[in-house]
Amino acid sequence: MPTLDDYKGQTPAWCPGCGNFGILKAFKDAVMELGLEPHQFTIVSGIGQAGKFPHYLKCNTFNGLHGRTIPVATGVRLANHEMPVFAVAGDGDCYGEGGNHLVHAIRRNVNVKLFVHDNQVYGLTKGQASPTTAEGTVTKNAPFGVFSEQLNPMALAVALDCSFVARGFTGDQDHLKSLMKEAFNHKGFALVDILQPCVSFNKVNTFEWYRQRTYHLEPEYDPMDRVKAFERSLEWGDRIPVGVLYRNSRPPLEERVPVIQETPLVKQTFDVGKLENTLKEFY
Amino acid sequence: MDYTIRICGEAGQGIQTVGDTLAKVFARNGYHVFTHQDYESRIRGGHNFYQVRVADRPVAASREKIDILVAFDKESMVIDAREVSGTGRIMYDSTAIKQKFDGPAFLDIPFTNLAEEHGGSKIMANTVAIGAILGMLGLDLKILAGIITDTFRKKGEGVISANNASATAGHAFAVSNCRDCSFPTASGADPKMLIAGIDAIGFGAIASGCKFLSAYPMTPSTGIMNYLAGKEKEFGIVVEQAEDEIAAMNMALGASFGGVRSMTATSGGGFALMVEGLSLAAMTETPIVIGLGQRPGPATGLPTRTEQAELQFALYTAHGEFPRIILAPGTPEQALFLTNKAFELTEKYQVPAFVIFDQYLADTQWTYAGFDLKKLVRNDYRLRADALAGLSGYKRHAYSESGVSPLAIPGASKHVVVTDSDEHDEEGHIDEDAGTRRRMVEKRMLKKLSLIRREIMPPLLYGSDKPEVVLAGWGSTFGIIKEAVDELLPRRNIAMLHFSEIYPFPLTDRFDYLSLLNSASKTICIENNATGQFARLMRAETGYVFASAIHRYDGRPFTLEGLLGELHADLG
Repeated sequence: MPTLDDYKGQTPAWCPGCGNFGILKAFKDAVMELGLEPHQFTIVSGIGQAGKFPHYLKCNTFNGLHGRTIPVATGVRLANHEMPVFAVAGDGDCYGEGGNHLVHAIRRNVNVKLFVHDNQVYGLTKGQASPTTAEGTVTKNAPFGVFSEQLNPMALAVALDCSFVARGFTGDQDHLKSLMKEAFNHKGFALVDILQPCVSFNKVNTFEWYRQRTYHLEPEYDPMDRVKAFERSLEWGDRIPVGVLYRNSRPPLEERVPVIQETPLVKQTFDVGKLENTLKEFY
Repeated sequence: MDYTIRICGEAGQGIQTVGDTLAKVFARNGYHVFTHQDYESRIRGGHNFYQVRVADRPVAASREKIDILVAFDKESMVIDAREVSGTGRIMYDSTAIKQKFDGPAFLDIPFTNLAEEHGGSKIMANTVAIGAILGMLGLDLKILAGIITDTFRKKGEGVISANNASATAGHAFAVSNCRDCSFPTASGADPKMLIAGIDAIGFGAIASGCKFLSAYPMTPSTGIMNYLAGKEKEFGIVVEQAEDEIAAMNMALGASFGGVRSMTATSGGGFALMVEGLSLAAMTETPIVIGLGQRPGPATGLPTRTEQAELQFALYTAHGEFPRIILAPGTPEQALFLTNKAFELTEKYQVPAFVIFDQYLADTQWTYAGFDLKKLVRNDYRLRADALAGLSGYKRHAYSESGVSPLAIPGASKHVVVTDSDEHDEEGHIDEDAGTRRRMVEKRMLKKLSLIRREIMPPLLYGSDKPEVVLAGWGSTFGIIKEAVDELLPRRNIAMLHFSEIYPFPLTDRFDYLSLLNSASKTICIENNATGQFARLMRAETGYVFASAIHRYDGRPFTLEGLLGELHADLG
């Protein structure tokens, strides 16, 4: 079994007190408890403070472009579906720049675990509004307040029949860790939106703000009920539910591609002998 | 024997089926064939044609003069009939187009009536037409019968015999009603293969061990996706249609990082969306082959037509400085082997490689006796479990003499594989140190570029070996320039200089093509674009300036007569 030391990476360059530290800790605990050794999984990340995540632990890493985590992760999975793949992105990264990819990854149901570090603001570029910034929020480049309505990623995902939809909170470590493990164990695309404060640029949505509002979904809550899930996903403001909001049992993409049913693509050999016959089709 | 047959009409009338079938009959009969298509961006209606040139010697381009015109609509009788040669014949069905034409050139064949009468359905009018063309050429129906059986096997014996009866009716009608037709044919030979540029690229990808393709449909590149999709099971390939070209590029990079040979394909507009990912491929040193099918722009341009105007785009696009490989086949055979070379070089140097083509090369079909598949190269440059097990440490972006770092497959060993779109250290982690940056630029860019340049073949010289006149070109103009040289060689000391490996620009040590150009009294660069993009690259890379240029930029390919006319004006 791996130990926490096995995942030791570079020293994080996040601000002191950043909500990302809690996510990093929960993730390391989760992969350790899952028994995943560093070489046995891959993290694909984008750009933003969340994009730096894989450098702060040890694992296979593709730190790609802003907004493009999901397509890269999809490619890795199709090449080698024995490799667990986590996609890590920020709210701007995933819901703004990469919004189209999210919609189609949900449809595709590729078995990628997407963890969105949602701090409702752009941190790396210093405080602009993100898709999840509250309407009316005044920022340096939105002096009249944000005109666009706040995106609700949970409602969007449930509406698209996403196979696993959950919300966590970085201040609720054990719960977040168990959500991550549950997402991993689920067969299919999993979206975990993780609430986290940005201590430098978001003075509203602080640890305290989230602590006062978040509550655990009741044990009797049935995440298979899509209509109920949609109702709960709309809850935001005074009370914010955390936990698994919705799940279904659609088969993941990897189980539906006939070519990779027996062997992952990366382990398949190339049969040169078939070429001559294929060429004959042109006669 | 050298005949040009044009089938024209509206989209949806089966022009392509007639053209493809005829071309196949000729190829199986051992003749040399060249086909090209001209179509509008619509599924029904409009005016389109499919042209088949058939000869008893190799042919590499289309001619303008038509020997047999098959007109399925009235518009063809106006537009295409003008291009019929003096001894040519025009086949049409007066009941279908509701007009009768008089004169020795016209042959009124009741395609529909014969189809209904002999095949039991007007659907077989096209088969009547094919039979009639073969009748005019004095060819029998044996090969056609074989093709009909292959095509309709699943539909049953009834459909097969109805089609054969229709073909026979058309054949008999032409033989008895076109007594003064004079289209003597040479005797047949061993069957030849008939292959289009786009299929040759697809076959080249499979033959190179390509395992993954993600793309978004866009003319003229879609055929690559279609071809690979048809071979998924047989060769163990995954083809994924992406939500957009950005995703297509990034998925292919993800699959390549995951350990398999990957490719994407698109046209200029889609490639514009991939540009960000091209830069990512360069920074992460992830192998990728990009099939770039040019069509006339800007913007949507002429979606189904041809142009060579994306060379400079492919050369200079994407942020940052990094090397790239650009190969531009001129024939289906080159398309196969250069696609293979693109895979070899991208895997060897971890630098993005382009196969740049255009609608003309994509759609034109050529005949060959065969391809020598022993010439294909497949070296595995990936570090797999066995090789990795012996390593005490592994750094994805380790410095090396060649600039090339070991490319390990994630998960194949205890070693982790790390890469980053940020500047990074040897392990692949974010690093902003000035010294690291300098060494990484030198590794990625400067060291590799000079090594790749040694792998690039010089241009091909065809015709005179000490020419006074040099016709230069690149990519899909190979066939047309070659035919122009063939035409002019008896009277002129002339040669073609054709570039198919464009970047890094070829060295002169294997063949001093610059001396050859400098010794010529006249050099002309022929390009299917308005600004002479290749000539500009030539000047930038070598300082050589072509004496003159012939450009075509109306969205159509050069034709032999058209090019000869321009050359006559230029050379006197």
